[in-house]
Amino acid sequence: MSDFVRNMIRFILFLGIQVYILNKIPHLHRYITPYLYFLFILWLPFSVSRQWLLLIGFGTGLTLDYFTMTPGLHAAASLLVAWVRPYLITILTPKDSTEFNYREPSPKAMQWTPYFVYVLVLTLLHHTYLVFLEWMSFGSFLSFLIKVLASTGISLLLILTVELLFPRKLKFRTNTA
Amino acid sequence: MRNIFLFIGRYKTFLSFLILQGVALWFLFSFNRFHRARFLGVANEVTGRINTQYNKVEDYFELREENRRVHRINDSLLNLLPQNFMQPDTSLREVRDSLPFDSLGHYRRYYFRPATIVYNTVNSQKNYLQINRGASHGIKDNMAVLGSDGSAVGVVVGVSPNFSQVMSLLHVDQKVSASLKKSGDMGTMEWDGKDPRLLNLKSIPRSTEVKQGDTVLTSPTSFNFPPGYMIGTVAEVLTDKSTNFYVLKIKPSARFFSLQQVFVVENLQYAEQTTLNQNTRKRIEDPKKNPR
Repeated sequence: MSDFVRNMIRFILFLGIQVYILNKIPHLHRYITPYLYFLFILWLPFSVSRQWLLLIGFGTGLTLDYFTMTPGLHAAASLLVAWVRPYLITILTPKDSTEFNYREPSPKAMQWTPYFVYVLVLTLLHHTYLVFLEWMSFGSFLSFLIKVLASTGISLLLILTVELLFPRKLKFRTNTA
Repeated sequence: MRNIFLFIGRYKTFLSFLILQGVALWFLFSFNRFHRARFLGVANEVTGRINTQYNKVEDYFELREENRRVHRINDSLLNLLPQNFMQPDTSLREVRDSLPFDSLGHYRRYYFRPATIVYNTVNSQKNYLQINRGASHGIKDNMAVLGSDGSAVGVVVGVSPNFSQVMSLLHVDQKVSASLKKSGDMGTMEWDGKDPRLLNLKSIPRSTEVKQGDTVLTSPTSFNFPPGYMIGTVAEVLTDKSTNFYVLKIKPSARFFSLQQVFVVENLQYAEQTTLNQNTRKRIEDPKKNPR
């Protein structure tokens, strides 16, 4: 399966899960909405250029916005994730490129600790920005903080569960490919 | 000038990030409700179509609950039907506390209780249904059971505190009094135990005209069934050569294969009617024991 097809399927799957399951399940608490859709951006191959990343991030967010009827909200947040992603990857991956020959970010490719940091930072960033935009008009700082932390915690839990349940079989990036 | 291009080239990622971020924020803040509605109009077509497809699946999960709601509404409505009430005799006024009267003096004859089928068979020759209402909910023996569309299903034959057994119409010992809607002729509904899709209606005299597709209703003389509820339609008209009666094959309108919700109908005068019936029989048929 080519990267393109694989990622198209992921895109549909993640957005479907976000729209029809995570946004629909009875909320655990009024502060908590779990988010999983941006994992699609986190899982994009390393080879995607930064420009494309931005466009894909924007598009992903906007598609979700169409379903949730909030034009621009998720687009802004996932765009931020897409923009920060390459910088984080350069910081967290080994400099020596011979050790580093997987296609896309995964616990296997980056080791568990760097991968966890990668997910943690981006999730926190996504939620902070999203909740910040949501609460721009009203709400106290305390509830803003609680919402960010609680949603981040739940989303992280979900993402790690997904990682453990569906370990991706990643091919090595070979010279021929 | 060259420096500007160099600057753009160097920071093109950051710049496009800023531009897209600006677009997103512009979407978010500059669109008021009216614009938002128009902006989402086109996308709505797409998401709406996807949502419709999803809903088709999702609805099935809600079906049970929805069904229960509809059934409850039906129950409250069926209790209001005029057939449940009898005209009082104008010259004689009965006072009975146990029967609720309405403002016109009609008194209630039938009372409907909703129930859910918890067990159901159609394969045996003696088919019983089990419903989740029992003696503690006021169910008694010999109450009629109607499907959620008002079609006859069976008669309660056994009661435990929380459940009841219902003898289905698909039971070889079952005999339900039925009448043809068109002519009003009354007969007995039975089942020969062969085909669960066909019941037999017997003792309709051959003098009446019966056609395929005629409606068969519960009869007004039945002690347990309220009158005028559908039992089925005539599927085949056979004549019994030896007697002067038809044997009518009836296609039951209750779908015994997929029963879910039912009504248990209580004839509030059942005890009185049956006791009278028995006493009369006893007195007339054994006049020596009980001289008049």
